[in-house]
Amino acid sequence: MPLLWPLLLSAALFGIGVYGVLARRNAVLALMGVELMLNAANLNLVAFDVWLRDVLVSGQVFTLFTIALAAAEIGLGLAIVLRLFRAYGHVDVDRVGGEPATVLGGVEAER
Amino acid sequence: MSTVEVLFWLLSCLAFASAILVVTTNHLVHAALWLVVTLGALAGCYLLLTAEFVAWVQVLIYVGAVVVLLLFALMLTRAPTAPEAATSTRNQPVAVGAAVATTAVLAVVLVDGFRGARIDVDGDPAGAADLIGDAIFRHWVLAFEVVSVVLLAALVGAIVLSRRGTDPSEGGG
Repeated sequence: MPLLWPLLLSAALFGIGVYGVLARRNAVLALMGVELMLNAANLNLVAFDVWLRDVLVSGQVFTLFTIALAAAEIGLGLAIVLRLFRAYGHVDVDRVGGEPATVLGGVEAER
Repeated sequence: MSTVEVLFWLLSCLAFASAILVVTTNHLVHAALWLVVTLGALAGCYLLLTAEFVAWVQVLIYVGAVVVLLLFALMLTRAPTAPEAATSTRNQPVAVGAAVATTAVLAVVLVDGFRGARIDVDGDPAGAADLIGDAIFRHWVLAFEVVSVVLLAALVGAIVLSRRGTDPSEGGG
């Protein structure tokens, strides 16, 4: 199999992820774009690892680490989105930032 | 073309098309479900690249856990069954430009650097579970432990962030 096929697929997926992060209004949909970009990087790592037949299997091990970090990232992202929803009543990333007093007030009140 | 190449080609087209649908559909839940198709197709690609263990981890964690978390986030932030009128921002043309530019730069670099290189997928599997486990616990064990600490920190951070405050307007306690 040509090495270029997985590499080009990952380049295309990365571009789609960039578009998703930049163009999506809903914060959860933007997170899906981040997931697409992470998967593109994973595919790259696996393809290069299988191509090089690395003794340390570093590409695939890094892929496993990336998957674990993606799980951590999506957990934190979900918490932030919920926080955003409680403070503003919506998760529209374009309309966030108008009334920071609510968010800061909530954080201050917790302390 | 061999069977593996044909299958990889089909899975690539499936992953690409469903990824496009993830970022363009107006149904929030449909976006998450198309993400399942994309991730599943990528798991198939890993299998064809003989990275078995990564493929099953992808199915378990991405398709199993991450998408469920995303669906949770969608369900908790609004009733997501109806299509939304506006799911894209005003800067959609700029986003298209940035995405096309990124893809073009990456594609040019990759084609220039790796034209003609071939992956040997007929030999020994490169990613059997015993091989990966051996590598992780022999060479990468420090990184493995650091990842576990990162996961713990993320867990604590998520709990702290999503804990209801004592603000009376939030109704928590």
